[in-house]
Amino acid sequence: MPRIEANGRTLEARRGETLLETLRRGGIRVPTLCHYEGLPPTGACRLCVVEVDGLPNLVPACSYPVVEGLKVHTHSARAVNARRTIVELLLSNHPDDCLYCARHGNCRLQDLSEELGVRARRLPGTRRHLPRDVSSPAIVRDPDKCVLCGRCVRACQEVQGVAAIDMTGRGSGARVDTAFGEGLNVSSCVNCGQCVMVCPTGALTERSHLDLVEGALRDPALTVVAQVAPAVSVSLAELFGEKPGRDVDGALYALLRRLGFSRVFDTAFAADLTIMEEASELVRRLRDGGPLPMFTSCSPGWVKFVETFYPERIAHLSTCKSPQQMLGAVIKAHFAARAGLEPERVFSVAIMPCTAKKFEAQREEMLEGKLADVDAVLTTRELADLVRRRGLRLGDLAPEPADMPFGRRSGAGKLFGASGGVMEAAIRTAHHLVTGGELADLKVEAVRGLEGVKEARVRLGDLELGVAVVSGLGNARRLLQEIDAGRRDLHFVEVMSCPGGCIGGGGQPIGADPAALGARLQALYRIDGAETVRTAHANPAVRQLYAEFLGEPLGPRSHELLHTHYDARTVLR
Amino acid sequence: MTSRTIPTALDPARARELRREAVDVPVILIGTGTCGLGAGAGAVLEAVRTLPAVQRRGARIVEVGCIGLCALEPMLDVQLPGRARLCFGRVDPGKARTVLDAMLGEGAWPELPLFQFPADGLQAWDGVPAIGDHPFFAPQTRLVLRNCGLIDPRSLDEYRARGGYEQWLRVLAQMTPAELCAEVERSGLRGRGGGGFPAGRKWRFAQETAAERKFLVCNADEGDPGAFMDRAVIEGDPHRLVEGMAIAAYAIGASRAYVYIRAEYPLAIANLSVALDQARQAGYLGRDIAGSGVDLDVVVKKGAGAFVCGEETALILSIEGRRGMPRPRPPFPAVSGLFGCPTVINNVETLANLPELVRIGADGFAALGTAGSKGTKVFALSGKVARTGLVEVEMGTSLADVVHAVGGGVPGGKRFKAVQIGGPSGGCIPAAHLDTPVDYESLKELGAMMGSGGLVVMDEDNCMVDVAKFFMDFIQRESCGKCIPCREGTRHMLEILQAITRHPRSEHGHMALERFQGVVNLEDLAGVIKDASLCGLGMTAPNPVLSTLRWFRDEYEAHIFGRRCPAGVCTELLSYRIDAALCNGCSRCLRECPVDAIVGEPRRPHTIIQERCVACGNCVTACHRDAVLVS
Repeated sequence: MPRIEANGRTLEARRGETLLETLRRGGIRVPTLCHYEGLPPTGACRLCVVEVDGLPNLVPACSYPVVEGLKVHTHSARAVNARRTIVELLLSNHPDDCLYCARHGNCRLQDLSEELGVRARRLPGTRRHLPRDVSSPAIVRDPDKCVLCGRCVRACQEVQGVAAIDMTGRGSGARVDTAFGEGLNVSSCVNCGQCVMVCPTGALTERSHLDLVEGALRDPALTVVAQVAPAVSVSLAELFGEKPGRDVDGALYALLRRLGFSRVFDTAFAADLTIMEEASELVRRLRDGGPLPMFTSCSPGWVKFVETFYPERIAHLSTCKSPQQMLGAVIKAHFAARAGLEPERVFSVAIMPCTAKKFEAQREEMLEGKLADVDAVLTTRELADLVRRRGLRLGDLAPEPADMPFGRRSGAGKLFGASGGVMEAAIRTAHHLVTGGELADLKVEAVRGLEGVKEARVRLGDLELGVAVVSGLGNARRLLQEIDAGRRDLHFVEVMSCPGGCIGGGGQPIGADPAALGARLQALYRIDGAETVRTAHANPAVRQLYAEFLGEPLGPRSHELLHTHYDARTVLR
Repeated sequence: MTSRTIPTALDPARARELRREAVDVPVILIGTGTCGLGAGAGAVLEAVRTLPAVQRRGARIVEVGCIGLCALEPMLDVQLPGRARLCFGRVDPGKARTVLDAMLGEGAWPELPLFQFPADGLQAWDGVPAIGDHPFFAPQTRLVLRNCGLIDPRSLDEYRARGGYEQWLRVLAQMTPAELCAEVERSGLRGRGGGGFPAGRKWRFAQETAAERKFLVCNADEGDPGAFMDRAVIEGDPHRLVEGMAIAAYAIGASRAYVYIRAEYPLAIANLSVALDQARQAGYLGRDIAGSGVDLDVVVKKGAGAFVCGEETALILSIEGRRGMPRPRPPFPAVSGLFGCPTVINNVETLANLPELVRIGADGFAALGTAGSKGTKVFALSGKVARTGLVEVEMGTSLADVVHAVGGGVPGGKRFKAVQIGGPSGGCIPAAHLDTPVDYESLKELGAMMGSGGLVVMDEDNCMVDVAKFFMDFIQRESCGKCIPCREGTRHMLEILQAITRHPRSEHGHMALERFQGVVNLEDLAGVIKDASLCGLGMTAPNPVLSTLRWFRDEYEAHIFGRRCPAGVCTELLSYRIDAALCNGCSRCLRECPVDAIVGEPRRPHTIIQERCVACGNCVTACHRDAVLVS
């Protein structure tokens, strides 16, 4: 074990560790900006520079390997001056509109200047001005606020394997941009929003639907209904200062009613509906011989990824719409009629942990010659903003139930919020479809947890299925490469675009503790464990919908309302 | 592919012929390097080809690389059978005809040649200085440039006739890689690309790292403004680089080598590609070279012209097909470089030194130069100097000798001010220190650096603030943009320099305060950029400012406080007045003035309203009678 001396204290280092890791374990905080947990250091921002005895220059702690006997001064005048100057340089080329910025109060640059005591504009200078990219239905890029830390590029390339954005230009003209600067909408961007999650400033934000929704809520001619995705209730509380992992399900419905929504529905109900269709589709594909493996289609980023990079695999995608779109469709086609409303006067809002859902709601196939299934999508973050705009607080409200006919869910539907949840829910129902009985243990341990790739062999009566659960598109690409290379043992693959699934979605709280993901996951497992109805096929509301309106899974009405198709995409890349 | 048989040694008579120590027909040699072509050598070549005298005498025309005396390009040499080769400078098609008609006719010259090339068995010309006595060449020691301008760069045999590839074969047969590394380490050869790291030690790190694959990379991404050493070597003597690369690759155990060369050097790329083909054909490269079991292939990789790709980690990424941005070291490329394998990156000049280094041995090489800097250094001499060109001097030669003896001093009776050495990473050295010897340490002490070899001479008409501004502008555009100190800091330094040289009337609000704070902020920013930047480019970026501040602080003060530019370069700080006695009221200036600062009746003397003037200088250019006085 190498030992180093930091600020006069001896620290035990681990072999192969970087200086930053040793310092952090030793309780010495060195600020960082470009650092990306889990990826190799790039040494770009230079904020973690420290003084090392015997070396002529300051060294970046993030990339410097610890060796025995290193003598380090993390907060010497020289190191602190360098850090402060770096932040001053960034600020001198940064818009002064913090008060108007979506990230005001949750901005790494604000934190750094605070921490380093920057209290005067010492380095005035001209500011670069570049146009905002508002071409995408999901994500807005404001290059003026970009500090070129490169984290978004790494999220897009190294984590997601999408590479819609990259560094371009040189010197003071360097910037993050799309291919040929043509805008996100014609790039390979899949709208997952992982770039937004890692952006330290307001350079990347979701395209806000807040004004649209507020306008609808104030329009007396409209009936505004909401649906809430499973992952939202276990993460929203964090935006109001609470510990990760608290489920605010009932309070959330109460809150939405205070906000003026006429009806509040649970997207987990539609997740159950999705399972009825998707499990039936899987059983049919198994019976008819394919194409296999079947891929889930709940994650719109993943769907666009396949259309863009693997168009030859489109036939493997389940034709099921995502729960958001299924619920949107039955709200306008069934609920409106039942409630005596004109579908045109129903404004349907989806509250999602996701930015790609904004894109999905506007997909051409979802609009073809009819009303949009969903009219607006709010992220978890936007919902919290809306709540604050109305002067409401989460903690004040007594829990209320969701509205019928789409307010009842099974534990399986709630599991959709985490990677592996669709698979677990589908296995429960597919087992029933194949054998007529129920699984002895509904918990499918092999597909649970936060790992990026999980695989299992599952027995459904006399059928044995190979299943894989993947989260993070980089992992998905690797699996597709294996399949391209001839892998044949898989029948069903669940893919979620975001690492960890929807609980880690691009619309979730920014800057959350890395442990938050695990807490949200456990909350979902607890909810499932406590439900009396834990399978989609046992959900009475789902059964009623089939009986009253849809007929049977994969039937003509299902086909019309709940299924869709995909097309190969040509993008600039 | 099986082992090729290495060509047998050249027959001595044939070798003499190839060295042109005996020619049977007149030979005309024209320097068609990029510098010669730029000066008009192409037209000269065309004209010479069609000259009746040339055709009548069956004269042979040979294109050679640059001999180094750029100031006198295009150059045309004539060698008559039995006589020494003569060199004529500043030739155009007309002069070529006059010279060749006379030389090929009556065997006499119409005007005095620059010099002749004495050789055994060739009768010298009376009254013509030998090349070795010419003031440009006399102080030089040419190891790397020894063949440049003498041989046909597209002829393998001409290179062989001068000892080419002998050292490669000898090393292969007689030395182990470890011995070779030790020999080069002992010779004291240091990297010629700028950093000056001992080449042998770098090799040893790579040689001792066990790996399945290792790479050698030749850095030919010469990007410093005013530097053209590598281009001239590759254009004029490409086989020397190939042989040097073969020796280095063998030393570290690499069987694949890359030449990373900027695409702006098409002629160098063409000549190098020809040389590589010839070397493969002849079996100097390829599989199982000369039956030794050693394999080597060399690949040419073109760079798209980013200055930062000369930085070794950025260069590696660029070869890998990724964006050329430096990454933190360690790990150093010698341990983990190209495609994650141990990689040695040497500059063109470093590698081109090797054949000669091996020939004269470590001791012979170490006998040249100073205690810490061995061998010679090639410089691209340019700027306010009579004889610009490519020069190679022994380490330890004083800068004064380079500027005054080789370069012939500042022309036009102007006063020498400084020499800029080391390009954007280097600095300026003032007249008072011109006796400094050319070696890595002495230059560093003065706040400059050896750099790759750009050497720009400046006289009293150069403004040092303007020089600093030029380099900061270059750096802030060529920084890769990755690390904040370099990307934002250099841009900021440039803005401060712009504020210092801005017209007083364009100053608004707090700008005067910024200007006064300028020098303090310049020094503070420079310190942080040097201390905290990611790569060598950033760490040395402030040098041009720091060194001019150190030696020419008075010029900065004149700009900042006196609001004047002593050299008269910063136009916005000049004041303009119309001499009523000279002005005929033509109104040209009035029409060109962008701010309506000039008034006057037609055909009556005009006046400049000083309060409006923004000192753009348009009126000076517009006036046909030199009536606008600048002070």
